[in-house]
Amino acid sequence: MFTYTFQWRQAWQKIPLLLDGALVTLEIALLSMAMGVAFAVILAVARNSKSRWIYAPATVWVEVARNTPALFQIYMAHFGLGSFGIHLSPYIALLAGITFNNAGYLAETFRGALRAIPGTQLRAARSLGMPQTQAFRLVIMPQMFRIAFLPTTNQMVWAILMTSLGVTVGMNTDLAGVTQDINVRSFRTFEIFALAAVIYYLIAKAVTLGARLLARRMFRY
Amino acid sequence: MIEIKDVYKSFGTLEVLKGINLTVEKGEVVSVIGGSGSGKSTLLTCINGLEPINSGSILVDGVEVHAKTTDLNKLRRKIGIVFQQFNAFPHLTVLENVTLAPRKVLGMSKPEAEAIAEKQLAHVGLGDKLAVYPGRLSGGQQQRMAIARALAMSPEYVLFDEVTSALDPQLVGEVLDTLKLLADDGMTMICVTHEMTFARDVSDRVAFFHKGIMAEIAPSKEFFNAPQHPETQKFLSNIRS
Amino acid sequence: MFETSMTLSDLMFLAKGAGMTIAVTFFAVTGGTVMGLLFGVIRAQISPWAALPLTFVLDVFRSVPLLIQLVLANAFQAIAGLNLPPFATSCIILALYTSAYCTEIVRGAIDAVPMVTRRAARSLGLSWGQDMTYVVFPMALRVALPSWIGLTLGVLKDSALVLWLGLIELLRSGQILVTRLQEPMFILLVVGLIYFLLSFPIARFGSQLEKRWREND
Repeated sequence: MFTYTFQWRQAWQKIPLLLDGALVTLEIALLSMAMGVAFAVILAVARNSKSRWIYAPATVWVEVARNTPALFQIYMAHFGLGSFGIHLSPYIALLAGITFNNAGYLAETFRGALRAIPGTQLRAARSLGMPQTQAFRLVIMPQMFRIAFLPTTNQMVWAILMTSLGVTVGMNTDLAGVTQDINVRSFRTFEIFALAAVIYYLIAKAVTLGARLLARRMFRY
Repeated sequence: MIEIKDVYKSFGTLEVLKGINLTVEKGEVVSVIGGSGSGKSTLLTCINGLEPINSGSILVDGVEVHAKTTDLNKLRRKIGIVFQQFNAFPHLTVLENVTLAPRKVLGMSKPEAEAIAEKQLAHVGLGDKLAVYPGRLSGGQQQRMAIARALAMSPEYVLFDEVTSALDPQLVGEVLDTLKLLADDGMTMICVTHEMTFARDVSDRVAFFHKGIMAEIAPSKEFFNAPQHPETQKFLSNIRS
Repeated sequence: MFETSMTLSDLMFLAKGAGMTIAVTFFAVTGGTVMGLLFGVIRAQISPWAALPLTFVLDVFRSVPLLIQLVLANAFQAIAGLNLPPFATSCIILALYTSAYCTEIVRGAIDAVPMVTRRAARSLGLSWGQDMTYVVFPMALRVALPSWIGLTLGVLKDSALVLWLGLIELLRSGQILVTRLQEPMFILLVVGLIYFLLSFPIARFGSQLEKRWREND
């Protein structure tokens, strides 16, 4: 059945290249998460707005992000904007697509977290003489971030996995892109992609583990 | 002095307060009793402006609570409130719970706020729990912390909203003792409560609420020995039997 | 805003792509659910230590990008001389991928059934199988169904990646039209709208179901 001889040595030598790619992968994931969290907070607040002009665009963003493929969102950034003469590089298109996706999912996470905090907490804070914004900042936000922390780290893992989609729009510096580049030149598809898979797995596990340790330090209550 | 004049309040079509008149003097302890849904808890949240009222007026030291020009945040500094559901801030330690408002609202320095907080916490018997998070405390301890939190603002009035109702029976005593100490110190208090012994022994006057109306108010001895209103008589005899 | 040279037959072409998306999703979710039920029951029954190998393998499917999984599987089937068409490879990988998530849903739902309820059922003389059939599954279904709907929609969206193996599903057929007609934004909007119409109503249904059940509890 197997007439194929595996050539691991050749793939093994490419490890440094793959690790360089892994750094780019991490970079994109972290950037997209940082921006995603910022947009998500705005979206979560905007979706509670009474003004239709604020509420509607935020809702469209969230629903499109959640109801279309991430790859579609990246295509929109890369190919779609071409209709308006905007041509984003694969890197920027990938970053924009994942950021859009992260923000949509995280906005729902934050909204759910806000709802999970009893309204009596705000009343208690207001009763102590705190203005609305101060009560929100000192009492509600810290609790919201705790509830949202684990779902947010899950989204971080998703962001890492999503970076692999960049290869479909010509990205060639992240882990998937580098892997595909080597593959095209060596045709050792299985070996090189297997190595990439291991690296992705280790990154995902490291992020999950790191997040858990961080949570234990940050949330002692 | 708290002056409540002809206050009406409804949630949607449900009328919960139908013309309440009540004046509480400085240093006085008034207990408010009545069945559930009688509007007694709502009255407390109207006094500190958490709930708007439909008509009438509430004056605290001559300042109208629901006037548009009133700075509620400032007014609330002198009206402490303790809720049935403790409402401890779970992300802060006991000490931080108590120092938060003095520091952020009154602008005290950290050592200054901590000195006050430690004194108040020692007063309610939590002097050894400063670094503990509320999640680790019993209900009675959380409620005592909530009392210390309100007192750390040096309020002139404290409103107690059924503060023992969510507690296990064996924990009620410790919280009531704290309230009694406070009353003995001369604090002005309005206590919505189901604890008849407390109402009788600690308060100067007792008010009975029935379906949004204050059916009766009298000095506590008179109130319990010779209730005038038939609804009060019915309520008290139901409790005693 | 748009003057388009897109014709009805182009639209049919997209519809055919959508058909492919639905077909892949259907096989993946069906296969993944069957496997997920099996693995989930096993996970809930045996000790975490005994389940470790299974847990590990399923975790790999959730921690490696789907795209990489598809390429690996395709390379593997070629090496093994299986000569699987890309459609079969895609369905198998997506099914395994689905099963990894489905297992967690099933296990979580079974764990959510209180032990006392199960003890009560067994005390009445129900066998393990009867307890499972008449007590555990009906109760677990309520917990699992909203998540399962979410998973199905997730797979619908993730199935776009099979284009990398050359399958002409919805997104790929859109891309082909873009190349031909040079109207990227308009065509992609149509593609996005189709995805949205497939996904959004079901998502709404799922969240309403969840809300209704939570209120009834």
